[in-house]
Amino acid sequence: MATVSLKTLQKIYPNGFQAVHGADIEIADGEFIVLVGPSGCGKSTLLRMIAGLEEITSGDLLIGDRQVNDLDPADRDIAMVFQNYALYPHMTVYNNMAYGLRNRKISKENIDKSVREAASLLNLAEYLDRRPSQLSGGQRQRVAMGRAIVREPALFLFDEPLSNLDAKLRNQMRIEIRKLQRQLGTTSIYVTHDQVEAMTMADRIVVLNAGNIEQIGTPDEIYHRPASVFVASFMGAPAMNMMEGKLASGGIEIEGVGLLKSDHKLDANSNVSVGVRPEKVKLTTKANGITQPFIHDFTEELGAARLVHGRLGNKPFVVNLHQEDEVPQGELYATLSPDTLHIFDTETGKRLR
Amino acid sequence: MKRASFSNLWMPVLLLLPQVSIIFVFFYWPAFEALKSSFYLQDPFGFSGTFVGLDNYFTLFQNAEYLRISLFTLVFTVCVTFFSLALGLLFAVKADKVIRGASTYKTLLMWVYAVAPPVAGILGVSLFYQGHGLITQLFAFFGHEFVIGVNYYDTGFALIAVSIWKQVPINFIFFLSGLQSVPRSIREAAMIDNRSSSRRFWTITFPLLAPTAFFLLITNITYAMFDTFGVIDVMLRSEPGNNPMTLTYKVYVDGFRGGDLGGSSAQSVILMILVLALTIFQFRLIERRIHYT
Ligand SMILES: Nc1ncnc2c1ncn2[C@@H]1O[C@H](COP(=O)(O)OP(=O)(O)OP(=O)(O)O)[C@@H](O)[C@H]1O
Ligand SMILES: [Mg+2]
Repeated sequence: MATVSLKTLQKIYPNGFQAVHGADIEIADGEFIVLVGPSGCGKSTLLRMIAGLEEITSGDLLIGDRQVNDLDPADRDIAMVFQNYALYPHMTVYNNMAYGLRNRKISKENIDKSVREAASLLNLAEYLDRRPSQLSGGQRQRVAMGRAIVREPALFLFDEPLSNLDAKLRNQMRIEIRKLQRQLGTTSIYVTHDQVEAMTMADRIVVLNAGNIEQIGTPDEIYHRPASVFVASFMGAPAMNMMEGKLASGGIEIEGVGLLKSDHKLDANSNVSVGVRPEKVKLTTKANGITQPFIHDFTEELGAARLVHGRLGNKPFVVNLHQEDEVPQGELYATLSPDTLHIFDTETGKRLR
Repeated sequence: MKRASFSNLWMPVLLLLPQVSIIFVFFYWPAFEALKSSFYLQDPFGFSGTFVGLDNYFTLFQNAEYLRISLFTLVFTVCVTFFSLALGLLFAVKADKVIRGASTYKTLLMWVYAVAPPVAGILGVSLFYQGHGLITQLFAFFGHEFVIGVNYYDTGFALIAVSIWKQVPINFIFFLSGLQSVPRSIREAAMIDNRSSSRRFWTITFPLLAPTAFFLLITNITYAMFDTFGVIDVMLRSEPGNNPMTLTYKVYVDGFRGGDLGGSSAQSVILMILVLALTIFQFRLIERRIHYT
């Protein structure tokens, strides 16, 4: 168990491509950090630099209070779970888990004890003599977890460990991994591009975009106060409604829509992007000061919710209604209350309010 | 596999006929002839023969020279197999690590494979040539006068060295492709689990190469015993004399040079039995071989 700190960590690949532009993250002891971002944004690169599988171009990496930049992966006191599990195909489940311990000169009895403990924790006790090829995907995933936990490392690293599982198993394993991590209290860094995993598992989320950190925050902060247009549109499904406009006194003027009421104290006339989460919008048939005419196109029934697709003026707009809220009949208005509007600088993409 | 069924019995027979007849003409028939003539004492021109039962075999087993050649064949096969596998593996491991210039390196190692055995033999002769062969000079430097074709051990050494050299490339190619099919993430997982790269090699990489290595083991034994004929023939310059040779070459020497068709046939029957044993061994192990994935 340890704190981890990344100080302006950079990665430039031998071909000159810069995959990570100076990452700064301070991770507390026992914290569960999730790295999210679209494909190719540098999540794996960052994780692999922490693991020691990829050389650090510049910056400092500390695990505990040791600088580990130049240590071998085996000396960093970490364990990693790979996307395709990376189990040793010629070894039994038992040996897969014991292998890392044997190379660390631990006594046979202690190895046996650790392996059996981990196996019973993960419900693998009856599979110890099998080879990976004789296991199901979920069981392999568990063995990979077991191989990580028997070592009792200071830090767990996960690179999309659940993406090869079917949806149901993924949900189940997600909960199990999180439970296990709480139980063991081991600091963890988890890479995923699945925002449900990110939101549900993380103590804090790190959102990456093209090698830059867009925001670090709790799931709540990330969702309710996204730091940039990128975070706002990346996190949340259905995605946040985004409209371009100009700041005016008492609101934001959206071309082709009209004035959205807002009590912002920002200087007028600058270009902004306005975002509204689809579930923060209500549909009514009565216009008032904070409504905009809504043209209804079609509705998607999702069971627990319904997505109402339509337009505000000429801008596409989605409203997410709870299943109990019917789409009203007749002329429709969308209620956009001022406190639900996220305002971003169009130029920099950064949050203004 | 899909099982096709024929309503007409003649159709499959007809389709098999070319294959079966080729096997028959070039394998079963000669094999049967060899077996038959191994029971006869034939006159040197092969016009007449006397049935002598197993006498040809008994004579062989009491013949000190035959036993000495068997021993040499054993040493030869073990050395050639072991060293050509070991060198092939070593080069493959090195090539696998090379990133820049990898293809040049690979091509350099592989071209030897394209050299025909007799040509390899000629190259061998020139390397070991008395007085001014490169390797002869190297030995002279260390104070040993290397005389191929005269000194039994020198000749044996040269035969083994050239045969190894000829076989390394194919082992290299197979090992290299085996190494490159070991998933990167497995190597990385091992890097996290084990600090020592040599122990990682022997505990993770090598076991994953085992199916390749086993296949190559059989191929190399077969090569050393049978396919080195061309190399040996050229290097001994068809003057076997007192020189070391393998059992396969001995069959040729006795049968075609010595005119002892009966004895030569008995020898080839013994070789056939060896091949049979090797094949059975191979199939047994392949059946039981662990399929990792
Ligand atoms: N060895 C390499 N040499 C050069 N560029 C690389 C190398 N490995 C990765 N990259 C580039 O670095 C960027 C980040 O790659 P990385 O694997 O970290 O992405 P990722 O966020 O993990 O994506 P994914 O979600 O698809 O796994 C990508 O643009 C990729 O093309
Ligand atoms: Mg990745």
